[in-house]
Amino acid sequence: MTVHTDSPFDIVAREDYSDVTYMLEVRHPLMARAAKPGQFVVVMLQQHGERIPLTIADFDRDKGTITLVVQAVGKTTREMQRSCRVGSRLHAMVGPMGLPSPIGHAKKVVCVGGGLGVAPVFPQARAYKESGAYVIGVLGFRTKQLVFWEEKFRSVCDELILCTDDGSTGIKGLVTEGIKLAMEQHQDIDEVVAIGPPIMMKASAATTRPRGIKTVVSLNPIMVDGTGMCGGCRVRVGGEVKFACVDGPDFDGHKVDFDDLMMRLRRFTAEEKVALERWSESCRLVDATDAWVTKLMTEGER
Amino acid sequence: MASKKRTIRTIPQERTPAREQPPAERIRNFTEVNCGYLEADALVEAERCLMCDDKPCVPGCPVAINIPEFIRKIGEKDYRGAYDVIAETNLLPAICGRVCPQETQCEVVCTVADTLEPVAIGRLERFVGDRAIAGRWARVPYIEPTGFRVGIVGSGPAGIACAADLAKAGCAVTVFEAFHEPGGVLRYGIPDFRLPNEVIDAEIENLRKLGVRFECNTLVGRLFTIEQMLNEMGFHAVFIGTGAGYPSMMGVPGESLAGVLSANELLTRCNLMRARDFPQYDTPIPLGKQVAVVGAGNTAMDAMRVCLRLGAEKVHCIYRRSRTEAPARVEEVHHAEEEGIEFHWLTAPVEVLDDGKGNVRALRCIKMELGEPDDSGRRRPIPIKGSEFEFVTDQVVFAIGTHANPIIGQTSKLKLNKRGYIEADENLATSIAGVYAGGDIVTGAATVILAMGAGRKAARSIREYLGIRDPSQPYDPGADAVFGIATSERNFGRLRVAATPTMATAAP
Repeated sequence: MTVHTDSPFDIVAREDYSDVTYMLEVRHPLMARAAKPGQFVVVMLQQHGERIPLTIADFDRDKGTITLVVQAVGKTTREMQRSCRVGSRLHAMVGPMGLPSPIGHAKKVVCVGGGLGVAPVFPQARAYKESGAYVIGVLGFRTKQLVFWEEKFRSVCDELILCTDDGSTGIKGLVTEGIKLAMEQHQDIDEVVAIGPPIMMKASAATTRPRGIKTVVSLNPIMVDGTGMCGGCRVRVGGEVKFACVDGPDFDGHKVDFDDLMMRLRRFTAEEKVALERWSESCRLVDATDAWVTKLMTEGER
Repeated sequence: MASKKRTIRTIPQERTPAREQPPAERIRNFTEVNCGYLEADALVEAERCLMCDDKPCVPGCPVAINIPEFIRKIGEKDYRGAYDVIAETNLLPAICGRVCPQETQCEVVCTVADTLEPVAIGRLERFVGDRAIAGRWARVPYIEPTGFRVGIVGSGPAGIACAADLAKAGCAVTVFEAFHEPGGVLRYGIPDFRLPNEVIDAEIENLRKLGVRFECNTLVGRLFTIEQMLNEMGFHAVFIGTGAGYPSMMGVPGESLAGVLSANELLTRCNLMRARDFPQYDTPIPLGKQVAVVGAGNTAMDAMRVCLRLGAEKVHCIYRRSRTEAPARVEEVHHAEEEGIEFHWLTAPVEVLDDGKGNVRALRCIKMELGEPDDSGRRRPIPIKGSEFEFVTDQVVFAIGTHANPIIGQTSKLKLNKRGYIEADENLATSIAGVYAGGDIVTGAATVILAMGAGRKAARSIREYLGIRDPSQPYDPGADAVFGIATSERNFGRLRVAATPTMATAAP
């Protein structure tokens, strides 16, 4: 085993799934070897950047890469969307963090992914498939054009239910409709794994509660270090305070206090807005300057 | 410079004060409070050392710096010489000169202290350390490589002290750090106005010159385990100095509100992530106008003084015991008071109240009185019935201690104690052969210098385990020795070790 921990986190592949969702493949052979389903990384784009947690969407032990699927929602994720190209590198990436998802002896599992949770639920679906379980995938998208990784999921799922808000493909409705459909067709579901925005995980947990099906959710609160040191990621689970970074990120969805989680995700709303506006303004200036330079150059050529 | 013998009557009677930024000014910046000695100050203070024969200060120092000798060199204006004397035993003078509690170590036993204020050894050490940084001095001794590789987990005070000693003993040392910059608590915890980042950078650079490698962004336990370090990665010994750092919360209602955070989070955002320069730096930080900090330890003092500098109008300290029981150093409480922190002794929070929008409106507190001493020997605080009151605040910082970080425990077979800390014997050996641990992860939250002391002690144990002997020390292998080598030593199995590729390449 050789140590290459100071590898510069090169980006070796990028693919855009929509105008806000993009995939990055980052070189980190040691991490690719250590990563397990359910774990996450903390990423810093540049020296002045913030540390953001991102769930590991896939890992390739042969290629030595970690796959991240990112939604551009705030300043950092938009800046990454703009500046991360094949051949560029991240300032820092540390992980794999968090407890790996316990892939138990469940015989029949529903893997639910919505929005930014579609990619992270893939390693779990694959792990369950490899453990011999019957895997039902439920994926939610806004519309048909935004669907990604359908083939990838079909390769590890025995059944795949696509849900779109407008019904342009699959069934019309949210992922909860997909879960209900799976629950109607299968009376013997052992476990549901739901990953996505907090409101989606809350609704998924509510859907399975009447039948008492074990429901695991993956929480993604605001973090700084990701090693249990700051306590910023504390969540309430079954009335107890837990740190998502070292006690999770997977928790029993029936016990998680989602309202508390959603409130804590809004801690820095005002600051996030300031950072985003400031950055957008700087981008607009850069773009305007670029356009001006291009114009000057073409005029010069004339 | 042959001068007549100094006596208690001939030395300068007053201890030379260190220049400080005035409180009104310093609470608006993150520049160091204590500006240190000018050359003239240092020369006067050096005159105060009696150069006594019994040198009680030397055993008073945890690392036994030859204190009178370096003070003599200062007196001769040979600052480089003074640095070389200190660097023989301590590679981090600029840090230790700032954060060591000299008043309970070298200075308390100073002969001058029998009659007058003791020699300001700490300030003199810092003076030399700062000169060394400015002059980019480094003292790299001749190091004979032993071929042994040692992995150190955590780049805080315990880790770097251990790394320095082992590097000098000829080990190839790699220090692993989970954050993107080395330094551990020195970097994320202690604010710039007490220990500037440039000082940490300079001292770490000196370790690099000794051959120590720093690998940041490496979370040991998760990226690879302690067992893998020994069995797959070719480390002959491992030192764990990961610190305590799992902050305690009180468990009172309202702790989830925006504006309630641990001192660790506040300090990390401000110091390491530079949130104080938001939005030039991306990391935000909650900014309160009326801040309540719960706790009265050194971390609480740091948190309060950081909040002031971030622009809080008023910062309050809430502590359930009285001033006598406060765990912070007297000097820290004094600095906080000077800066206008308001202390509320014998007061405990019961609930954080919200403003209906998820923010903090007030803190409901209860008055306490002191009862009988508890296990810690401090008088136990007892709530006074019916004394609850509301305290208006918009930010609450909890600085009430930490638990053991669980990651190493989750990922290795190391024996832990009931509270989750690593079990280590008096030589800091853990339950796995070749793995040593020290600092907060063994003792629970303590001080920087104790962690450094533990790092050095572990380095001694690791040297012994590897069979690297100090020729100046008598060697007693014990009764079970074979060919004069203790069977507990790694050296005993050297033939076997030498057969591995790492050793073969390192062999002369």
